[in-house]
Amino acid sequence: MLTALDKAMLEQVADLKGIPAGAYNIRKDGRGIERRSAPGIEIRPKKDQPGIDVIVEPGIEGTVHIPVIITATGLSDKVYNTIEIGSSADILLIAGCGIHNPGHAEARHDGIHEIAVRRGATLRYQEKHYGEGEGEGRRILNPETILLVEEDAYAELELIQIRGVDDTIRNTKARVEAGGRLAMFERLLTDGGQKARSDVVVELIGSESTARIVSRSVAQGSSKQIFQPRLIAQGRGRGHIECDSIIMDQAVVRSVPEIWAESAEAELVHEATIGRIAGEQLIKLMTLGLSEEEAEERIISGFLK
Amino acid sequence: MLELKDLELKFFTEDKEIIVLKKINLVFEKGIIYALTGPNGSGKSSLARMIMGIHRPTTGQIIYKGEEITPLGITERARRGIGYAFQHPARFKGLRVTDILEIAMEHPDNHECPYLREMGLCPDDYLDRPLDDSLSGGEIKRIEVATLLAQDPDLRILDEPEAGIDLWSFEQLTAVIARSHRPDCTTIIISHQERILNMVDEIILLEEGTVAMHGARDRVWPLIRESTRCTCSRDCPERGNFYADCPR
Ligand SMILES: Nc1ncnc2c1ncn2[C@@H]1O[C@H](COP(=O)(O)OP(=O)(O)OP(=O)(O)O)[C@@H](O)[C@H]1O
Ligand SMILES: [Mg+2]
Repeated sequence: MLTALDKAMLEQVADLKGIPAGAYNIRKDGRGIERRSAPGIEIRPKKDQPGIDVIVEPGIEGTVHIPVIITATGLSDKVYNTIEIGSSADILLIAGCGIHNPGHAEARHDGIHEIAVRRGATLRYQEKHYGEGEGEGRRILNPETILLVEEDAYAELELIQIRGVDDTIRNTKARVEAGGRLAMFERLLTDGGQKARSDVVVELIGSESTARIVSRSVAQGSSKQIFQPRLIAQGRGRGHIECDSIIMDQAVVRSVPEIWAESAEAELVHEATIGRIAGEQLIKLMTLGLSEEEAEERIISGFLK
Repeated sequence: MLELKDLELKFFTEDKEIIVLKKINLVFEKGIIYALTGPNGSGKSSLARMIMGIHRPTTGQIIYKGEEITPLGITERARRGIGYAFQHPARFKGLRVTDILEIAMEHPDNHECPYLREMGLCPDDYLDRPLDDSLSGGEIKRIEVATLLAQDPDLRILDEPEAGIDLWSFEQLTAVIARSHRPDCTTIIISHQERILNMVDEIILLEEGTVAMHGARDRVWPLIRESTRCTCSRDCPERGNFYADCPR
């Protein structure tokens, strides 16, 4: 049974209103509580460790929801998921994790996703992180994603964390084979004393493989952020890293993009900027009647959209 | 509509102060289109920014619709009906053309399309474009003017609206400005262009931060034209055009 709180959390992290159509698995406080497979999409619990296998057969199109919610304080949940997108399948996978920590002890979720996108398949993966709770207990999320993009496959990752998570270390590793394409969009907002770190390693192992890593963040309060995206091309690969941060108050942001070519055929670019909101942007919106706070809010929400 | 009394504006840099505007006394009436012209650096944009509240005058008073607004900030002045299309429009990462038009409009349920169309931009092509570096100089300038049209303020200042706009669209630009000028509003256009100066009721000439001339166009323009006669024309193969804004 889902409580009203559970439903509100699921809506936050997975845009779910009630039980979704299609295949899904809902994990709450360390246990799978609801699950359904669909034709060509099987979801089954792992036998030897916590977590699930999601197996999508070749050529299948559809949406899969696998959200996680934590509503208890003092809970530390570690989960291993294996996701297999069969060749030429086309799947929207909505993951995401919400923590509602009512108490004063830590609540923590470490999700390890191993994803294979087989030949010619398309995966769009969305992961939203969200934290709330009355208590002072910290909310911690440490996701790890290991992705294989096979020949001519396409994977798009959208990773979003807006407020509420005190501590996060995100680890993303991807290998892209010949003709494969990877696009990764990261959006992050931290405030108060929050900390966030994102390490990304993308290896373009095949020829004509491409990757685009776009990271946008806003650091407020005395929060701290570190980005370390690394892009390696072994052959004729093309890649682009773009890290863009708005820094405010007493926040600290470090951005360390790295590009690494092992072939003269590789084409890699990185750009990184950190800066406050440009005064001319605030002024323009104020001349249209917004207050300074409204203008700031509008610029930040647009920037993170 | 607007009265500027003994305005002075100074900028302070590390080691010195620069007097950008001094002893500005001007009255802008309802229903009139003004041109503000003058050499580069004469203080035209600074004057506009001071009316908008971006710069505070060092001394002097600004009276708008009968009330003193000198201490008011940008937002408050905008809410009372002052609008400014910037000489160098800001670019935003994350806002789209449709977003800025929506912010500008008092009733955002109105359609934002006509404003783009007025400025010669097809809404289908532009509404969803990001308002960032991917727009050309002419495009962002047109969107800036479209935003002012959408805002439709009672006192509107356009800072070199023709800059970067191709010759083809020039006629259209002057027509749009004239058409959108309500009888109960005041329009101030900052420009060096003869064709803009030709469409206004009154011309104000700024020189080195002071008002050097102010009057009806028909009286002031011949005097200005005299002083801006192109000095290159002796060797100019085209001859014919004797003015400093010769597009050649
Ligand atoms: N923020 C500032 N700090 C210092 N000096 C400034 C500042 N802004 C403008 N100025 C100076 O004030 C003077 C007037 O500038 P302003 O931009 O108003 O000129 P303008 O008449 O609009 O010129 P243009 O035709 O080139 O647009 C210039 O000498 C400029 O260098
Ligand atoms: Mg200027």
